[in-house]
Amino acid sequence: MAAITTIELVLLTVISAATPLLLAATGELVVERSGVLNLGVEGMMLVGAVSAFIVMLTTGSWALGIVAGAAAGVIMSMLFGVLTLFFLANQVASGLALTLFGIGVSSLLGIPFIGLPIDKLPALDLPLLGDIPILGPLIFGQDFLIYFSVLMIVVVHWFLFRTRSGLILRAVGESHDAAHSIGYSVIKIRFLAVMFGGAMAGLGGAFLSLSYTPMWVEQMTAGRGWIALALVVFATWKPGRVLIGAYLFGSVTILQLHLQGLGVQLPAQILSMLPYLVTILVLVLISRNAARVKLSAPGCLGQIFHPHS
Amino acid sequence: MSTPLLELKGVTKAFPGVVANDTIDLSIAEGEIHALLGENGAGKSTLVKIIYGYYSADAGDMSWLGEAVKVSSPAHARQIGIGMVFQHFSLFDALSVRENIELAIAAGKTGDELSEDIIEISTTYGLGLDPERDVFSLSVGERQRVEIVRCLLQSPKLLIMDEPTSVLTPQEADNLFEVLRKLADQGCAVLYISHKLEEIRRLCHHATILRHGKVVAQCDPTKEDTRSLAEMMIGKTLKPPAYELKQTGAEKLVVRNLSRNAETERSISLSDISFDVCEGEIFGIAGVAGNGQTELMEMLSGEILADDDSVISIDGVACGRRGVRARRQLGAAIVPEERLGHGAVGSMSLVENAFLGGHRRFNLTRGLWMNYANARKFAQQTCDDYDVRHAGIQVDAGSLSGGNLQKFLIGREILQEPLVMLASQPTWGVDAGSQLAIHKALLDLAARGTAVLVISQDLDELLELCNRVAVMFAGKLSEPHQVADLSAEKIGLLMGGAELESAKGVANAH
Repeated sequence: MAAITTIELVLLTVISAATPLLLAATGELVVERSGVLNLGVEGMMLVGAVSAFIVMLTTGSWALGIVAGAAAGVIMSMLFGVLTLFFLANQVASGLALTLFGIGVSSLLGIPFIGLPIDKLPALDLPLLGDIPILGPLIFGQDFLIYFSVLMIVVVHWFLFRTRSGLILRAVGESHDAAHSIGYSVIKIRFLAVMFGGAMAGLGGAFLSLSYTPMWVEQMTAGRGWIALALVVFATWKPGRVLIGAYLFGSVTILQLHLQGLGVQLPAQILSMLPYLVTILVLVLISRNAARVKLSAPGCLGQIFHPHS
Repeated sequence: MSTPLLELKGVTKAFPGVVANDTIDLSIAEGEIHALLGENGAGKSTLVKIIYGYYSADAGDMSWLGEAVKVSSPAHARQIGIGMVFQHFSLFDALSVRENIELAIAAGKTGDELSEDIIEISTTYGLGLDPERDVFSLSVGERQRVEIVRCLLQSPKLLIMDEPTSVLTPQEADNLFEVLRKLADQGCAVLYISHKLEEIRRLCHHATILRHGKVVAQCDPTKEDTRSLAEMMIGKTLKPPAYELKQTGAEKLVVRNLSRNAETERSISLSDISFDVCEGEIFGIAGVAGNGQTELMEMLSGEILADDDSVISIDGVACGRRGVRARRQLGAAIVPEERLGHGAVGSMSLVENAFLGGHRRFNLTRGLWMNYANARKFAQQTCDDYDVRHAGIQVDAGSLSGGNLQKFLIGREILQEPLVMLASQPTWGVDAGSQLAIHKALLDLAARGTAVLVISQDLDELLELCNRVAVMFAGKLSEPHQVADLSAEKIGLLMGGAELESAKGVANAH
């Protein structure tokens, strides 16, 4: 019985650890598919986390907290979108700046709220189903954001590969000049994608401050935004693989905690490196085949679009 | 006379430093095939892009079916019934043929239904296309078919075609002309841009000739000959180069039993290719795009190495296992098919591109440093000798027009006095004036004793330039034929693969 509970506990923590990665990476995947590289995920997550926490604490409403997290992410991403899409600023520099800006803003906003406790985002209790041993709590006893994160993978996959709008978005990311020449509004489509990315990153942050560790701590994302970015590459820009990758990276994070708990003498830093090492490995593997690279990475990723030039 | 379908009055468009279109009047009637003629830089592309809504004109009026209209975007153009096949294709590499087409047509059919339409229209017009293939795996010729089918699916009233036949075999071109005539009979007008004057004479009802952004002449091309058309276009009298075929000398490029397995299911396997190119000779390889020419060129240039050194020899040295630099040191010069990205770095200046191509043979380095002064001199000399029109040698290579960039690349290689010149599609998408200059440069080079290999889809070009021509089909090379024994029709049949086997049989029987 005790063994079962431990396994269950580990699995529960894996799900929790994977969810913020999954949310943020799903958003970034859509952004990158539209040809924009937004390195500001970490910053957007932090601002999302602090906003969700503040709104939840002051209003007492979970729903408002979650919405505030997403909205804060959107506002941050719009900042990035205006800079890179309208003023044609360099995307890498703007993304890094966005992260640094997000760290500062979230710390500033969060000063009065450090250490204040809130209740954990409640699980959506499904009667009966939730009582099934082991599977019950795992599958039917989770909170809204966890279900939402998995649902969004399905939605994004369906959108990208089954709808006309998704095809257009991929086309814009593939060749903005060609998309422009056949009459699509590259800037508008990219701006919408960037906003979606912001909302998802904000939700990833909100999950951290409302559910994962229900409190506000400065820089509480602890590099998860960067892992989410790496995940998109790891997944070769495919939603299904983002899901697998997020759970894989989530497991590594948890493994690291439990190994320490069991007294295994492995420096925690090595395990923290794992997600990035795996990403580099994946990059090397897909780079071996030129055709595969061409099929995987969006053709115009990170390139500035100058209309009429 | 009824209202014209499209009428332009006084259309003017200026870019910084150049007036691309200067008060242009143009009128196209329904069902008319209207030629737009002019050298590169004459303003044809700008004009059609204004019609297609890609640019907006600075001044002038446009009316469509008798009503004033301002085409605000390509989508708007398509909506009122204007379709366009671009010279530089607007396709998405990583998407399939069907997805590419789906993107360009108004919302409606998708998936299998659309695939059926594509197959139907491409078989009707003899443009073989598999809707599920990814575009990056298609040859240049096949990509153009995607563009054409994409336009035809939208049943346009006016179809703009920018040099559509430059990648087709004569039979395919004839086929396309049939398509265009059929469309014209049904009332669809065609605005046809081409530098192939013979084609325009055969196909078009009316021609408007542009020079330096102005309309300089209107004529009925069926009543002119190619010479008079070219002279109207260039504005001076032409003297075609007349060369006697020199006696050719020793073999400088020898290829023996070259084979290559296809890396992916989409690339072509090369099987057992052998040929020699002699001193002072121009050897042509004809063939429809996608029959292995790209794969062959990669192996000849050394981008892809052969399994065995003996497969390729340059000036008597076996070098099948040696890379591009080694081959260039042996005396090879290479003009690849893709001008930007392969031949030149688009975002670098002409000086830097000249340096990249010539620094070894011209000693443009000083220790670890670039010798900038010499590189500049070399770039300047290339531009002067080969009439490259540019806005200064510091401009990006990517800003040059196709013809000028090609003259630059060919000049850069020729100035190095190579023993062996490898040129792939040297005049693809190049205007008539530049084409003539490039042909002259290659003929001069051969006359000085260089062995020249030209891979091209333009049969007239090969027949004009070459001493011998062989045809590539499905990764195999036919026996070479003396040009004197060949006609365009005969090569055309070989290009379709029809007579390859029997031709081989005859050749072997000798």
